[in-house]
Amino acid sequence: MSSIKIRTKRLEGNTQIRTLITHPMENGRNKDAQGIYIPAHYIKELLIEHNSHLIIRCNMAGSISKNPYFDFLLKDGKIGDTVTVTWKDNLGATDSEEYIIE
Amino acid sequence: MFESRRKFITNMLSLSACSLTFASGLFHSSLAHAQQLKKSFSLRNFDETIEHLFRGEKLIDNHNKIKFHRLPRVAENGAVVPIKITSTLKKVTKIYILVEKNPHPLSAEFFLSPAVEPQVSARLKMAKTSNVIAIVEADGKFFRKIKRVKVAVGGCGG
Repeated sequence: MSSIKIRTKRLEGNTQIRTLITHPMENGRNKDAQGIYIPAHYIKELLIEHNSHLIIRCNMAGSISKNPYFDFLLKDGKIGDTVTVTWKDNLGATDSEEYIIE
Repeated sequence: MFESRRKFITNMLSLSACSLTFASGLFHSSLAHAQQLKKSFSLRNFDETIEHLFRGEKLIDNHNKIKFHRLPRVAENGAVVPIKITSTLKKVTKIYILVEKNPHPLSAEFFLSPAVEPQVSARLKMAKTSNVIAIVEADGKFFRKIKRVKVAVGGCGG
């Protein structure tokens, strides 16, 4: 199952893109039950494309909450357009999900 | 005829190369950029982070064209602090979110293309009571808005 959920909604001629990503977003300062530091594991980069044009790039670090949520407002946006969300984390993992605006 | 065809092809090639470099300059990170990025997220001192990001550019304060939504005055749980930033400024290209007293003050930076409205929302972690700062870059100028957020750890007040 994909780690990314995407939903869109029409708002006064614009399209709201909401995305929720399942990710631990560990900043490296938390300890586990044994008192050992949990290594940093966070998303570094989030890319959002609309019909394969990059519209948003976001750089972040461990100070974004666990299971990060973002929303953006796309001007225009038509039914049948594709929205692609891609993330990359500091350990090299990556995931991508495509959504067709309904 | 062959000459002109060859010329045409080389022209097309150089044109596409040009547009590629332009696009990469806008959105894709080069190596130098990646290093700068790494540094801006790893800095621990708030003033140093500001200096590193904006290099002495003037930050125009408390601009009424930037608004915070969802950001509470008192956050009950510092692990999840919702924030939404909207702006009525024109030509917004970047939005930065900083939390002054976090171990690493820079939380996120958003690069927005003209196809999106100047509006972002996210959820932040906050180590303790601190100022949350949004800096919006619009038309080469920087606008800043600050809000103090109290973090109540375990419901005991901050």
